[in-house]
Amino acid sequence: MEQIADPVARRTFLKLMGASLALAGVSACTRQPAERIVPYVRQPEELVPGRPLFYATAMAIGGVATGLLVESHEGRPTKVEGNPEHPSSLGASDIYAQAAVLGLYDPDRSQTLTNLGEIRPWSAFLGAISAALTAQRPLKGAGIRILTESVSSPTLASQIRDVLQRFPSAKWHQWDPASRDAARAGSKLAFGEFVDAQYRFENADVILSLDADFLGCGPGSLRYARDFAARRRPEQADRMNRLYAIESMPTSTGAGRSGGSGEPAEFAEAESKFLDAVAKDLQAHRGRSLVIAGDGQPPAVHALAHAMNQTLGNVGRTLVYTQTAEAEPVDQMASLRDLVADLNSGKVDLLVIIGGNPVYTAPADLKFADALGKAQLRAHLAMHDDETSALSHWHVPEAHFLETWSDARGHDGTVSIVQPLIAPLYGGKSAHEVLAAMSDRPERSAHDLIREFWKVEKDDRAWRRWLHDGVVPNTAFTPKIVTAAIRNPQSPIPNQSAIRNPQSAISPTGAVEVSFRNDPSVLDGRFANNGWLQELPKPITKLTWDNAVLVSPATAATLRAAGGPAFQGGEHGQILADVVELTAAGRTIRGALFTVVGHPDDCATVHLGYGRTRGGALALGAGFDANAIRTADAPSFAGGAAMKLTGDTFSLACTQYHHLTEGRGMVRSLTRDEFVRDPKAVHEGDETPPRTITLYPDYPYQGYKWGMSIDINACIGCNACVVGCQSENNIPVVGKKEVLSGREMHWIRIDTYYRGLAANPETYFQPVPCMQCENAPCEVVCPVGATSHSHEGLNDMVYNRCVGTRYCSDNCPYKVRRFNFFLYQDWNTPSLKLGRNPDVSVRSRGVMEKCTYCVQRINEAKIDSERESRPIADGEIRTACQQACPADAIVFGNLNDPNSRVAKLQAEERNYALLGELNTRPRTTYLAAVRNVNPELGE
Amino acid sequence: MAESLQPVEDPNRAYVGAGTPPVIAPGHTFGTVTDKISAIVLTRRTPLGWYAGFLLAGSFAFLLLVSLTYLVTKGIGIWGNNIPVGWAFDITNFVWWIGIGHAGTLISAILLLLKQTWRTSINRFAEAMTLFAVACAGIFPLFHTGRPWLAYWLFPYPNSMSLWPQFRSPLIWDVFAVSTYATVSALFWYVGLIPDLATLRDRSQSRAGRVIYGMLAMGWRGSARHWHRYDTAYLLLAGLATPLVVSVHTVVSFDFAIGIVPGWHTTIFPPYFVAGAIYSGFAMVLTLAIPIRAVYNLEDFITMRHLQNMAKVMLVTGLIVAYGYGTEAFISWYSGDKYEGFVPMNRIFGPYAFYYWLLITCNVIIPQALWFKRVRTSVPVLFVISLIVNVGMWLERFVIIVLSLSRDFLTSSWGRFAPTFWDWSTLFGTVGLFVSLLFLFLRFLPMISIFEIRTLLPEAKVSDE
Repeated sequence: MEQIADPVARRTFLKLMGASLALAGVSACTRQPAERIVPYVRQPEELVPGRPLFYATAMAIGGVATGLLVESHEGRPTKVEGNPEHPSSLGASDIYAQAAVLGLYDPDRSQTLTNLGEIRPWSAFLGAISAALTAQRPLKGAGIRILTESVSSPTLASQIRDVLQRFPSAKWHQWDPASRDAARAGSKLAFGEFVDAQYRFENADVILSLDADFLGCGPGSLRYARDFAARRRPEQADRMNRLYAIESMPTSTGAGRSGGSGEPAEFAEAESKFLDAVAKDLQAHRGRSLVIAGDGQPPAVHALAHAMNQTLGNVGRTLVYTQTAEAEPVDQMASLRDLVADLNSGKVDLLVIIGGNPVYTAPADLKFADALGKAQLRAHLAMHDDETSALSHWHVPEAHFLETWSDARGHDGTVSIVQPLIAPLYGGKSAHEVLAAMSDRPERSAHDLIREFWKVEKDDRAWRRWLHDGVVPNTAFTPKIVTAAIRNPQSPIPNQSAIRNPQSAISPTGAVEVSFRNDPSVLDGRFANNGWLQELPKPITKLTWDNAVLVSPATAATLRAAGGPAFQGGEHGQILADVVELTAAGRTIRGALFTVVGHPDDCATVHLGYGRTRGGALALGAGFDANAIRTADAPSFAGGAAMKLTGDTFSLACTQYHHLTEGRGMVRSLTRDEFVRDPKAVHEGDETPPRTITLYPDYPYQGYKWGMSIDINACIGCNACVVGCQSENNIPVVGKKEVLSGREMHWIRIDTYYRGLAANPETYFQPVPCMQCENAPCEVVCPVGATSHSHEGLNDMVYNRCVGTRYCSDNCPYKVRRFNFFLYQDWNTPSLKLGRNPDVSVRSRGVMEKCTYCVQRINEAKIDSERESRPIADGEIRTACQQACPADAIVFGNLNDPNSRVAKLQAEERNYALLGELNTRPRTTYLAAVRNVNPELGE
Repeated sequence: MAESLQPVEDPNRAYVGAGTPPVIAPGHTFGTVTDKISAIVLTRRTPLGWYAGFLLAGSFAFLLLVSLTYLVTKGIGIWGNNIPVGWAFDITNFVWWIGIGHAGTLISAILLLLKQTWRTSINRFAEAMTLFAVACAGIFPLFHTGRPWLAYWLFPYPNSMSLWPQFRSPLIWDVFAVSTYATVSALFWYVGLIPDLATLRDRSQSRAGRVIYGMLAMGWRGSARHWHRYDTAYLLLAGLATPLVVSVHTVVSFDFAIGIVPGWHTTIFPPYFVAGAIYSGFAMVLTLAIPIRAVYNLEDFITMRHLQNMAKVMLVTGLIVAYGYGTEAFISWYSGDKYEGFVPMNRIFGPYAFYYWLLITCNVIIPQALWFKRVRTSVPVLFVISLIVNVGMWLERFVIIVLSLSRDFLTSSWGRFAPTFWDWSTLFGTVGLFVSLLFLFLRFLPMISIFEIRTLLPEAKVSDE
C-alpha cells in the first residue's frame, strides 16, 4: 500500500503527531478529552442506521451517460450499480462506474482552489474571471476560449451557448480523447451530417466487426453486451448470432467471434477465402446483419461500413441512426487544432478548460503545452492537480459526479439527472458552476441551474420521479432517416485510395505500424490515479500498472526480443520484458515489449493513458506516454515506425502468462453444429466420479442451497465483475511490487485461455471466483477451523480465527484464495475509510480471504425474508459480480428450488464443473462455450 | 590430565584394510576415558577456534533474531512466498530440520535396542543435534503463520469459546508429533546425561560448576539401585522413542500426502520421508562428527568403525530414497492421471529443472561412491559427501514443496517462487542457531557418554564371562 496516496509524508506526520500527543499526555497527566457520538436528534425519514439507501444518478464518459444506482450508507456512497431503468445500463455497469467510489474518495484529489499554486477562495476566482470578462466585453469576447470535453449535458450546453451569446466572438472548443472522432467524421462523410448509430443486436444474425470493440468500450457497450449475449444461447441454436472480427489488437469483443481475425493493413490474398465467406454470409442475411467499424479506423472505413449496412438493408433493422448524444458534435481534432492556432497567434486572452487534461492527451505535434502558455489567463477545472493544471493560472478542484448536480444523455439520447450523494468533500465545483461564473449570474448553484433548465415548477413531482427513476421519460431520440451517398462518384467512399491509410500503404522494411488505443483500464489517463483500475488485469494481456508495446510473437521473434517469466512471481506475476524504442514522426518513446497471441504481425499496439507526470501518486511513474509519438493527422495509427531493442529490460506485472489449457479441459467448447448434433459432447472425456464414491452419506442441504452458474459463452472478459467485487468486499489494492510477486488480492479473476492456431487463436474467458466446493479441500487442512462449511453449502471464511498457515490456499486446486502477506488495507487514510462497505470485515495482515458468494447480501436478504415470513425469492440476491455483469453471464441462486434460474442453468447440457474430476463438487459450475462457426470456414 | 594420556597410533590409518576397526581405540582404561572426555569441559583450555566459531555462529543466530523480528513486524510478505506458492523456504526448512533431527533418536533408541554398541560414541551429540535441530525446525511452523501471536490456537487448550483445533488437519497432527518428539528426545537426552553430570559435579574445580552440575545431576550417587533404575528408565524411554522415529516424519509427510496437490498426494511419502530423514540425519551426524573428532582429538572414541557404519546407513537410506524418486515418477506416469503425469515432466524439464537435477546429483549419484570401501574410509571424502547429502535433502524438500505448488491444476494460476534476502537469512540464521547451540553443548557438557564408553572397554566385559 506504500504506493497508495503518497502516505510517506502523511504517515510520518501522523506518527509524529501521535507520538507527541502521547508524550504530551504522559507529561501532563491529563485525561483525554471525551468524544461524544451524537445520535440523530431527529432521525431522517427512511434512514435506518445499518440499512443502505439507493439513489439513481448517472456517470458520463466521452459525454455519454450510463445510468447508475448508488448505494449509500449513512450518507456515504459505497457501491455503484447499474440502473435497470436506464437503457444504456439495464442494471449492468462497467469498470469505470464500479471504480467511481474509489475515484470519489481518492486522497490525491485536488482539494483546494489555487492561483499560481497559492490557495485562494472561490470568490477570488469569480473576481478574476469577472475582471477578465469585463475586459473582453468591448471585444465581444474575441479573446475568450472555452475548452470542454464532449458535452451531452443539455444544461451545460445551454450554459455554454448563453456565454457565447453574451460574447459572440468567443469560441467553444471540444477535445475528449474518450470520444469517437473517427466515427463522427465517418458519419459526416457518409451522410453529410453528424449522426450516432445505435445497434440493435437483438435483430442481428451476422455481425462483422472491423476492429470494433463494441462490447468493451464506447457508448451503449453495456447494453450491446446484454443484447449480444442474449443471442448466444446455444439452447436456442436457431437464434445464435455469428460474429466475424478483424482486429488490429485482440479485444474482448473479438474473443467472442466465431471466426476470423487478421490485420487491416495486410489483408491480402491469403485471407480472400475468409473474406468471400464473410461476404456471402452477410449477403445471405440481408437485413439481419451488421457491419461495425472500430473507433480507431479512419473515417473512410466508417463511411464504408455505413454504406455496407445500407446496401445490406440493415438500416432500421439492426441499426438505426439518431441525432448525436453530444449537444454540439464537432470534429474535435480540428477543434483542438484551431484552438492551438489561435493560442499561437496570441488571440486568446482567457482560456477556460472545463475538465480534461489536454496538455497530456493532445497529440505531440500540436505542442499544446507550448501553445497553452500563450493564453493570458488560463483556468482549469479538474479532479486532480494534473499536467494541465500545472500550466494554468487558476486550478479549480472539480466536484466528482457523486458530489454534484448535472444531467447527461445516454447512448440513445435518454436524459438522466445526475444527483449528488454527498456534499463535495473538498469544496469541488462542477462545470455548471464554473460556466455560471462566466454568465451574468455567477453565484447560481448547479442544482438551481439544472432545475432552471428543466423548468421545474414549484410542484416538482415529475422532477422527483426523474430523480427516483434515474431517467427522464421520453427523451430518447427517435430514429433519423439518413442516406449514405453511395452512388455519387464525387463521394470518396468507393474510392480505394481513400480507404487505405496513406502511411501504411508503403512501409519501409523493418518498419511497423503503431496503433494507439485508449487503455482498457485507465482510458486516456483520466483514471490513472485509481488503484482499482490500475491493478485490474487488462483484458487479453492481463497486465497491471503499466502499458506496453504489444506485438505478435512473430514480430517479437524477428526483433530477437526475449523476455519471459522471472522467478519472482513468474507466470503469475512478473514478466521480464525487453524495452524497445519506437520512433515515429521523428519522436521516440521507450516501452516494454509484450507479446499478444493473435496480434497481427509487423504492427504494434500501444495504450494511451500512462506515463503521467502529474496527477496523483498512483498515476506517476506507471508505464510510458504514447502520446509523444502520436500526431494530429493520424491519431490512431502511425505508419512506418521504427522499433528497435534497447538492451534494457523492464518488469511487467502480469497476472496470467500461461494461456494454454494443456489438455486439462478448463474451458470446454463446441461449434454450434456439434452442439446441435450431440449436446452431450460437452462432457467428452469427463472423469467426474459418481457421487456414490464416498462411504459417508451425502449431507442433506435443507432450506437454501446456494449455487452459481457462469456462462463462458456469454462472458466478454470486461472485468466489471472484478471491480464490482473489489468495491463490494473491501478488497485492498496491493501495488505493482506486490503484483509482481504474485500477490494480487482479487476474489474473482478472469482466466483467459487460447486454443487453436497461434496466429488466429480461439479465446475464452473464464471468470473464477471461489467454487464453494461441497468437498472443499481447503476445509480439511485448516488447523484451526477458520474455513468451514455452512449448512447452506457456503465455504465460510472466519477471518478472526485465521492464523495464516496458507495451507488452505496450497490445497485449493482453483487457487482462488488470497492472503494478506502484508497489511495491504490502508487503515490510516481517512477518506478511504468512508468508501468501505460497512457490511464486510476489513481484513488485517496475515489472514486468508476469498470470495464468499457475497454472504453479506445473502444474510441481508435472509433477514428481510424471515421478518416477512417468506422464502427468499429467486433473483432477490444478486452477488456483486452478477449484478455488474453486462452479459448476464453470472447467475446466482438457490439450487434447492428447481424453478430458480441457476438450477435450470445447472441442469442444462452445457453445464460442467471445473476440475470436477477431483470430486470437489463445486457449487459454481460453468456453461460450455458454443461458437457459431461458419461451416464454410470450418474449424 | 590430558597430558598423562598414552598417545595412541593414528587410528585413521591404523585400521585401514585391517578388518573391522574397533569401536574404541586400544589402550584406554576407565580412568583415561573419564579424564579425556571430562577434561574438555572442565580443565582443558577452551581452544581459540571455539571462540571464533561461536562468534561466527552466534552472529548468524543474531541474524535469525533480526529476521524473525522483522518478519513479525512486517508480515510474511518479506519472504518470497506468494499465491500459488504459499509454502516455500519456511516449510522446506522445517522438514529439513526435522529430518536432521531423526538420526539422534534412531542412534540412541533403535540402535540401543538392537544392541549396536558402536552407537555409544556418537549417541550423545547425535541426541543433542536432534534437540537443536528440532528447536530450529520448531521455529518455522510457528513463524510461517501470518499471525504467529495466535499460533497457540493450534493447541487444544480449554477456552471460553469452546473452540478446538480442527483435528482433521495434518498441521494439528504435526503439532502433536513434533512436540511429543521434542519432549521425548529431551527427556531421553537428559536421562542419559545424569551419570555424566554427576561425574562432572565430582570433578569440577569451581564452586559454580559443582553447584550447577550438582543440581543437574539430581543427586546421582552411582549406587547399584540407581544404576538398576537408570537402566530400566533408559530402556523404557528407548522403547518410547523408537516408534517416534517412524511416526514423526510419517506425520510430517502427511502434510503433503493428505493434500491434493499433484506431487504431494502420494502414498509413498511416509516411508520415503522416514528414509530421507534418516539419510539426512546421518549425513548431519557425519558432518559434525568429522570436524569434532579432529579438533578434540577424539579419533580413539569416534573411530573409523563409526564413520564407516554411518556411511553404510547413508548408502542404504540413500538407496531407499532413490527408489522413492523412481517409484514416484513411475507411478505418476502409470496412474494415467494428467495432473500427476505432469509432475515429473515439470521437475525434469520445467523452470526449476536445474534444481531437480542438482537434487538427483546430490542425493542419488554422488552417494553411490559409498559403495567403495576406499571412499568409506577416507575421512575428507566422507565429509564432503555428507555435506552434499545435506544440501541434496534440502533440495528434495524444496522440489517437493515449491515445484508442486508452482504448477498445479489450473495453468492460469501457474507461478514461480524466488527467495528474498529474508528467506536466506532465516535459513542461515537457523543454521547459526544450530551451530551456536552445538558449540555451547561441546563446551559445557560431555559430548560423548563417559559411562557408556567405559562399558565398551575390555574391563567392562569381564563380568560377562
